[in-house]
Amino acid sequence: MAQRDTNVLAFVGKQANRETLRFITCGSVDDGKSTLIGRLLYESKNIFDDQLQALESDSKRYGTQGEKMDLALLVDGLQAEREQGITIDVAYRFFASDKRRFIVADTPGHEQYTRNMATGASTAHVAVILVDARKGVLVQTRRHSRIVSLMGIRQVVLAVNKMDLVGYDQKTFDATVADYRAFAAELGFEGLQAIPLSGLDGDNVLTRTQNLAWYDGPSLLEHLEAVPITGANERADFRMPVQLVNRPNLDFRGFCGRIAEGSVRPGDAVRVLPAGTRTTVRAVIDGFDEVAEAGVGTSVTITLADEVDASRGDVLVAADAPAEVADQFDAKLLWMGEHAMSPGRQYLMRSGCKEVTATITGIKYRQDVNTGGHMAAKTLELNEIATVDISTSAPLVFEPYASNKVLGSFILIDKLTFETVGAGMIDFALRRASNIHWQALEIDRAARARLKHQTPRCIWFTGLSGSGKSTIADLLEKRMHAAGLHTYLLDGDNVRHGLNRDLGFTEADRVENIRRVAEVARLMVEAGLVVLVSFISPFRSERRMARGLFGEGEFIEVFVDTPIEECERRDVKGLYAKARRGELKNFTGIDSEYELPEHPEIHLRTAELKPDECVRRIIESLN
Amino acid sequence: MMYSVGKDSSVMLHLARKAFHPAPPPFPLLHVDTRWKFKDMYTHRERMVRESGMRLLTHTNPEGLAAGVGPFTHGSNYHTDVMKTQALKQALDQHGFDLVFGGARRDEEKSRAKERIFSFRSAGHRWDPKAQRPELWNLYNTRIQPGASIRVFPISNWTEQDIWNYILQERIPIVPLYLAAERPVVKSNGQWIMVDDDRYPFKEGEQVVMKKVRFRTLGCWPLTAAVESDADTLEAVIAETLNARGSEREGRMIDSDEPGSMEKKKQEGYF
Repeated sequence: MAQRDTNVLAFVGKQANRETLRFITCGSVDDGKSTLIGRLLYESKNIFDDQLQALESDSKRYGTQGEKMDLALLVDGLQAEREQGITIDVAYRFFASDKRRFIVADTPGHEQYTRNMATGASTAHVAVILVDARKGVLVQTRRHSRIVSLMGIRQVVLAVNKMDLVGYDQKTFDATVADYRAFAAELGFEGLQAIPLSGLDGDNVLTRTQNLAWYDGPSLLEHLEAVPITGANERADFRMPVQLVNRPNLDFRGFCGRIAEGSVRPGDAVRVLPAGTRTTVRAVIDGFDEVAEAGVGTSVTITLADEVDASRGDVLVAADAPAEVADQFDAKLLWMGEHAMSPGRQYLMRSGCKEVTATITGIKYRQDVNTGGHMAAKTLELNEIATVDISTSAPLVFEPYASNKVLGSFILIDKLTFETVGAGMIDFALRRASNIHWQALEIDRAARARLKHQTPRCIWFTGLSGSGKSTIADLLEKRMHAAGLHTYLLDGDNVRHGLNRDLGFTEADRVENIRRVAEVARLMVEAGLVVLVSFISPFRSERRMARGLFGEGEFIEVFVDTPIEECERRDVKGLYAKARRGELKNFTGIDSEYELPEHPEIHLRTAELKPDECVRRIIESLN
Repeated sequence: MMYSVGKDSSVMLHLARKAFHPAPPPFPLLHVDTRWKFKDMYTHRERMVRESGMRLLTHTNPEGLAAGVGPFTHGSNYHTDVMKTQALKQALDQHGFDLVFGGARRDEEKSRAKERIFSFRSAGHRWDPKAQRPELWNLYNTRIQPGASIRVFPISNWTEQDIWNYILQERIPIVPLYLAAERPVVKSNGQWIMVDDDRYPFKEGEQVVMKKVRFRTLGCWPLTAAVESDADTLEAVIAETLNARGSEREGRMIDSDEPGSMEKKKQEGYF
């Protein structure tokens, strides 16, 4: 092998061992963020000649720097952004120095892009927060800092940019830094380095310059090369979420995943959570090879000494230091959905490799990202952040986000659109679930039902106002009662005046209204009754939530299908007329949507059927 | 998993095999074949299929083939659209895949820098850069509506340098074209094009010369320019890459046909 090749091998070895630092830059359009990143890439020679040529032609076309090259154009990738001069999405950039590799997440600064910023921050070790030296600490600087703190970043750089425009004045810099330190004291940053610089001219970006001779700290790159990379801990207790059970043949059963914390060796005692089964690691396979040890961040396949039951979503943990398991949590939630979040609705929740159904059971308070203030809230809008109670359909293996990002983070997914609508960070488990165990009652629902000689059920009537739900439900109850069945009819009138007196007709209140009714119906079914529920219940997700409370075959959805023209013609209570005059808001069918049932057990087209016939249909199908 | 036989595909295949070892990866490889790839690429493809024990699916756009579409006769833009973009959509529709792995990297091109690792396509395979799902931590939302699909780019955050380092470190087999050798080339529009078969339409005054060249990326041979180089070992290639002053896509003619051209091709379904 030639001498040159030996050198390359040594070089590659050294390079492969370089750590990767991920950082995020935050600041608004005018703070010169894209220019600063462009400068970092340009000066660290991570721009190729053809890219430079393209930059020169782009600068003439879109540039804002006159004859100079507009380095921001290196970063603003999408056409729409170049034309509008703004950064609307997270862009990832890569560069390297002799000491480290860097991945930069360049994120937009406007308040309506909070979710994009959080996305960039979720994987970053360090945040570079830009302020314009002429403007100092602004509301948006505080917002960026709060989001950065919330996402668990503990190392922050305050980059006081555009020092060239304030004559490289030290007093201006000192005042801004003092301002910022006073504000940031509450945000829990472990490291805060303030650096005066000019992205446009390059002062203090890679190298220190005479313009800022009074500054004796590191340049931005020097600091990024030296700042400690905090994150998952090699010495912590072993945790690995199982991604896949690999079973190519009868002789091999391996559990694949990426080590979230700690390390693992053959012979280690481990447990499978949430079950708690104890066993021993037989082998650790990294790629094609068995290894003596694997550490945090490594993707491995682990074989176990015993035939234990473990599947995707379970977590392998150190046997004598297992993680917590719970089904109710206190968490921070950033809402990312276009539609507001209403407590009581069900969402899919993904945490580690586990997917469960989750419900926000209450909003403790909403946090104003601009002021840090706490506010009461009934719903959460796009880009809003709150502390919430969340409950899951199955127990979840977790760690607080502050100590482990992998096992402390989750996303929420809308059940209908499948969009990612929320990002959450678990603070702690609410003890309620684990401390008060459900009492195993000996007299159960089956015992109660036996006594009544009937099959308890919930018959759920949904349809527009005036569709004939209550008429049919009334008639059905009379027939059932006559047949000796124990029944109860829940309708809008008897619930709205009592239990739900405090609720109005906003979307959030309607969700809560249905949740309470569904819970009451469930208790009554457990008590052995046949419950008839007659509610407009216009939203699919609420009807699905109600269905989820009952066992297989216990929930019968009856769609009373009457065309709106007919309902409006009948208008028994005069409500349609009122709504048309604008005196009633959020009226289903007029200015609030009715989502048609997709698979009702019973579909009654009242245009073709008289109430009598409807009731006969229902009884036939129940039998 | 998309398999284009290039260096990124080679790394992807290697990673997949490691991830599922001792089982073979539980999905097939898909090669969209324009019929204009280098001969060496076809040879390498057959070798890797044999070694990995995976199933290989290939697809060529039948209409394009019947119409004799090629880069010389129809231009690079039309050729790429018909034989790559449309062909890919046909293959995905034909097999009904709802998830496809690809080896694209964010450092390759500006519009890729903003693409998610899990990138969603509508039923018509279109990419909407303004409606991307937020991607936090390593939590990926894999739910899709019927007819939609996901393209997954696991090595999004790798750079060209990382690819070469990894190939060297793991001794991953690659197509010999990446290493310099004497090859028959023609100077066309200022770039060296290798004459890989008898379909090259010689213009007045164009002559085949033997040059020591290699390729930084591999695609259709008429659309992939060679660079003059003495780097005939992996180590030498890496040393050269470290000092390179041109980006690897420089030799790719489809990137610069028109402004924002890669972003447009991607919205239409290009990988």
